[in-house]
Amino acid sequence: MTTAEAAPARPEEGKARIRGRAASTSIRFPYISAVVLTLVLLVALFAPLIAPHDPEVGRLSNKLIPPMWQEGGTSEFPLGTDTLGRDIFTRILYGTRISLMVAVLATGLAGVLGTVVGLIAGFYRGWTETILMRLTDITLAFPLMLMAIVLVSVLGASLTNVLLVIVFLLWPYYARQIRGEALAVSEQDFVDLARVAGVSNRRILLRHILPNVMPSIGVLATLQVALIILLEASLSFLGVGIPPPTPAWGLMVADGRDLLGRAWWVSIIPGIAIFAVVLAANLFGDWMRDRFDPKLRQM
Amino acid sequence: MLLEVEDLRVQFHTRRGVVKAVDGVSFSVERGETLGLVGESGSGKSVSCLALMRLVEAPAGRIVGGRVVLDGQELLDLSEREMRDVRGGQISLILQDPLSSLNPAYTIGNQVAEAIRIHQGFKGKELTDSVVEILTAVGIPQAGQRLKQYPHQLSGGMRQRVAGAIALSCRPALLIADEPTTSLDATVQAQYLRLLSELQEEFRFGMIFVTHDLGIVARLCDRVAVMYAGRIVETGSTRQIFNEPAHPYAKALLATLPSLDSRKRRLLTVGGQPPIPVNLPPGCSFAPRCPEVMEICRETFPAQSVLSDRHRVLCWLHSPSGIPVTPVSHD
Repeated sequence: MTTAEAAPARPEEGKARIRGRAASTSIRFPYISAVVLTLVLLVALFAPLIAPHDPEVGRLSNKLIPPMWQEGGTSEFPLGTDTLGRDIFTRILYGTRISLMVAVLATGLAGVLGTVVGLIAGFYRGWTETILMRLTDITLAFPLMLMAIVLVSVLGASLTNVLLVIVFLLWPYYARQIRGEALAVSEQDFVDLARVAGVSNRRILLRHILPNVMPSIGVLATLQVALIILLEASLSFLGVGIPPPTPAWGLMVADGRDLLGRAWWVSIIPGIAIFAVVLAANLFGDWMRDRFDPKLRQM
Repeated sequence: MLLEVEDLRVQFHTRRGVVKAVDGVSFSVERGETLGLVGESGSGKSVSCLALMRLVEAPAGRIVGGRVVLDGQELLDLSEREMRDVRGGQISLILQDPLSSLNPAYTIGNQVAEAIRIHQGFKGKELTDSVVEILTAVGIPQAGQRLKQYPHQLSGGMRQRVAGAIALSCRPALLIADEPTTSLDATVQAQYLRLLSELQEEFRFGMIFVTHDLGIVARLCDRVAVMYAGRIVETGSTRQIFNEPAHPYAKALLATLPSLDSRKRRLLTVGGQPPIPVNLPPGCSFAPRCPEVMEICRETFPAQSVLSDRHRVLCWLHSPSGIPVTPVSHD
């Protein structure tokens, strides 16, 4: 923008400048969210290289050392240590792996399952739709948190079970939304015309209906990433999520809940991590919605 | 003869009973000829067209009888796979709403290209060239620069031209145009109709033009079939229908055409509502609205009368001494 304004105003440049300005004001890219999310991704990938200590084993003699900027803190443990003397910084870094893995896998699996169900229900209608959507309604009727707690308790707390339970509870959100949109898209004339042009049902679903519901899948997925991170953290906090000593953020918040007066950092720092990632994912989801709505898409 | 439809019957099973949406319809279209299918909403025009392509929505709707012969091929006997080839290659369709006719997720170049790729198997530059060629043929200026545009960036008239380009890209033998100009404004409408005639001259396809606008029929069509309650009540050349309409319904429709020279201020309408074809009484379905209704009309359905060469009507008024000239077969 600055370069365009500084450059001598030649007539052919006017157009480009106007277009550039319009594009930048209509949809603003969420830079901070993107940076946060990229950082989290990189940290998750390279945690063993960055982390100064072991995430699961600490020395009791180092217990409850405050963060380095507080009195009694040391640069050896930049964010302090917990009751077992484990470095909180290291555990936060490793915690990104748990959060991201659960979020990405659960979102992906729930998304695929829900989208397939929604597309089939919305496109084929009839008794197929009735069965699939009643199934969706039944699943949606469960109180989310309560059901998650009950299921994990019954199945046993483990990473796989947390993942499966989250997928089981979240696929209907996709199914319901995608079914509605698939239904609306199926009613459009271009679907009939594709049929007139001799296109098979499978190809109509994949090529004509799926691309038109993709923006919703993307937005829903990004917003669900946030929800899933929160859900996993809540389950871990309640002790029915990831079992200790795995450095899950929710677990770390739980570790410090009796110490809030004496050692605030044990709970608050992982809490901030959860807050930052969830907020970034939400903002990014909002941007996705604006950006990938084909009606708003600029050339 | 390109297309021959004989005694086509389509029924819909609804909660209120069986709707005979198309009840024994027969017509034919030759190459290069345009047949106007005229009637009120719900008279069975669109369903007849869908039935030609075997696209009546199952399970509620079913084609229960008749013959559809395209280029000597009986369509109702084909397998679903064979039918798909016919739909893609020999019959094309243009619909009323040009925005909804195009997929908003793809550029227009992409959509026209898909149609051509499927039917002609072109690739690369050859494909792009033929896309530009067909878009130019339907009168899109600077077609080459518009390939990357999305449907929402085009005006209604342009979109309808793109829809036309897609429909014609497979070089169909038969084009079904279901009220393609209804959503266009008057000047664009005139341009589009002129374009259709020109394209028809160039590509020699037969056309079925579904409309309720008699003005368009007069300008575009060679022959007309007037539909009422699932039946063709009168058919003949455009000249015959406009100059000597025989069926009271056709007369009433023509009377509704506004004209500049007449003194009358009020626009005429055909009184009453078209019937919903559920459990119709045995007589003529137009009888309750007919200004010339007779005793027999309420009791017995009229048989077809041949007035002159290819001018036929379903009305007791034209059946001398009430004796059917050609009996209509009922199963």
